[in-house]
Amino acid sequence: MKQISSKQQMVEKGMYAFFLFCGILTIGFVLCISVYLIIAGIPAIQKIGLFDFLFGTEWSSTATTTDPKFGILPFILTSIYGTAGAIVIGVPVGLMTALFLAKIAPPKIAHVVRAAVQLLAGIPSVVYGLVGMIVLVPWIQDFFNLSSGATLLAAIVVLSIMVLPEIINVADTSLCAVPKEYEEASIALGATKIETYFRVSLLAAKSGIAAAIVLGVGRAIGEAMAIIMVSGNVANMPGLLDSVRFMTTAIVSEMSYAAVGSLQRDALFSIGLVLFLFIMMINILFDRLIAGRKS
Amino acid sequence: MDTKTIIDVEKLNLWYGDHHALKDISMKIPANRITALIGPSGCGKSTFLRTINRMNDLVEGVKITGSIRYKGEDIYAPNVDVNNVRKNIGMVFQKANLFPMSIFDNIAYGPRTHGITNKAKLNEIVERSLKDAAIWDEVKDRLKDNALGFSGGQQQRLCIARTLAVQPDIVLMDESTSALDPISTGKIEDLCTRLKEKYTVIMVTHNMQQAVRISDYCAFFLLGDLVEFGTGEQIFSNPQNPKTEAYVTGRFG
Ligand SMILES: Nc1ncnc2c1ncn2[C@@H]1O[C@H](COP(=O)(O)OP(=O)(O)OP(=O)(O)O)[C@@H](O)[C@H]1O
Ligand SMILES: [Mg+2]
Repeated sequence: MKQISSKQQMVEKGMYAFFLFCGILTIGFVLCISVYLIIAGIPAIQKIGLFDFLFGTEWSSTATTTDPKFGILPFILTSIYGTAGAIVIGVPVGLMTALFLAKIAPPKIAHVVRAAVQLLAGIPSVVYGLVGMIVLVPWIQDFFNLSSGATLLAAIVVLSIMVLPEIINVADTSLCAVPKEYEEASIALGATKIETYFRVSLLAAKSGIAAAIVLGVGRAIGEAMAIIMVSGNVANMPGLLDSVRFMTTAIVSEMSYAAVGSLQRDALFSIGLVLFLFIMMINILFDRLIAGRKS
Repeated sequence: MDTKTIIDVEKLNLWYGDHHALKDISMKIPANRITALIGPSGCGKSTFLRTINRMNDLVEGVKITGSIRYKGEDIYAPNVDVNNVRKNIGMVFQKANLFPMSIFDNIAYGPRTHGITNKAKLNEIVERSLKDAAIWDEVKDRLKDNALGFSGGQQQRLCIARTLAVQPDIVLMDESTSALDPISTGKIEDLCTRLKEKYTVIMVTHNMQQAVRISDYCAFFLLGDLVEFGTGEQIFSNPQNPKTEAYVTGRFG
């Protein structure tokens, strides 16, 4: 047999080491960020008290005449409501679009729509915010006769559109992967095509669809730029037509002027930690779903 | 023919784009009999079978001329309710294709599609269909289990049960035993033989022994032509066409 040359062997070993290094680097980044967030996030929580921090309803970090308050419940609830709203609107629209693309649309139309979805995915979030600010906010203001249209509702609408591309892409892919045999079986039993898509295709693609939803949740809960411009950025307890502040936007809006070493700045890091934990949970859920799909 | 005709095919032609896959097929398929379709790979057996319940409608670029009459009515006439055609003419595929849901939901899928929601009625249909498909005893305690957790042979019989649950007149089978072991195949063959009291069976098979064993009638296809159609006896013992003889005696390339 032909022997592998020692030079080839060296190259192999070198490449292996390089790949290993890249892998370790990635893990290193994740570890660094986690450790740093925990170290930076804990002191403020210790000072404020975990309960008061998580469940306090008032945030007045810069109060001077009274004691400053650091309750982030308004932010947590706003983030949850905003994400839930985006999912409630974005998932049905996204699923129907994916169904249309994967099963119903003639190839040419599907091609055009898919290109549009890619484009939508590529638009920077600040542009979503700008358009929301110029178009959506005044419209909500007029429609509901509010003093300001910058509300949770506006943020939900913007987020719904932002989560669409991801939901459509993942759901489209998993619907396309549904074995044609399932659909043929249904049609051969006398079911209509539409009935087949709803009763069989969606069911067969369910783990992919669940993954799509989780991805959408992750995207919505982590978004800051687009929604800070349309949500009014006031630390109210959330109401659909109130100006609100999210966990992300709370950090963005105060970090620029919070004094180094102040409790305010530390509290912002603590918000970051809470947000990080939320996103961790979503990712674990996502991994579970992917694992479920493989088995 | 000694029995009533249930499917009457006349001058059927089918093109996939430019490819002329079925050429001027005419045949009368008798009711309550097993008709086997045989012929070398690519000769158009599946295509022909799928024209009988209009499954070829799903394929892009198909063109069909001629007529197929089911109990005297042309299933390709305009305004025909295609879903109703498929309800009356059921199909079992080569590969078991149960839905990823429980056995019960699989079998009840067809009846539910056609508007039956009454739980007792569904229970009755599921039980009857599973018994008809000779698999009731094996699965009666596991109706809630996911159907994909059963063996290939069991799944194929469950597919047959699912087809029977909509009470079709005709059951089309496309090489439905080709992926099974001899015992499962034997079970399904017995099943077909019993089914013909209530149903008409039309089956594609590559297994010559199988065709000899169970078919009452047999059609031999070659390159899109129907070369010979007659009783199983005639095709296998006394073929009229030399090409048929060559094929059934295994002297065919
Ligand atoms: N969807 C399709 N589009 C285009 N051509 C097709 C399609 N399905 C079948 N054909 C062609 O039509 C001819 C008949 O195919 P068919 O599947 O009916 O053969 P068959 O007799 O069932 O063969 P086998 O025994 O291998 O299953 C073949 O030449 C095949 O390539
Ligand atoms: Mg075939």
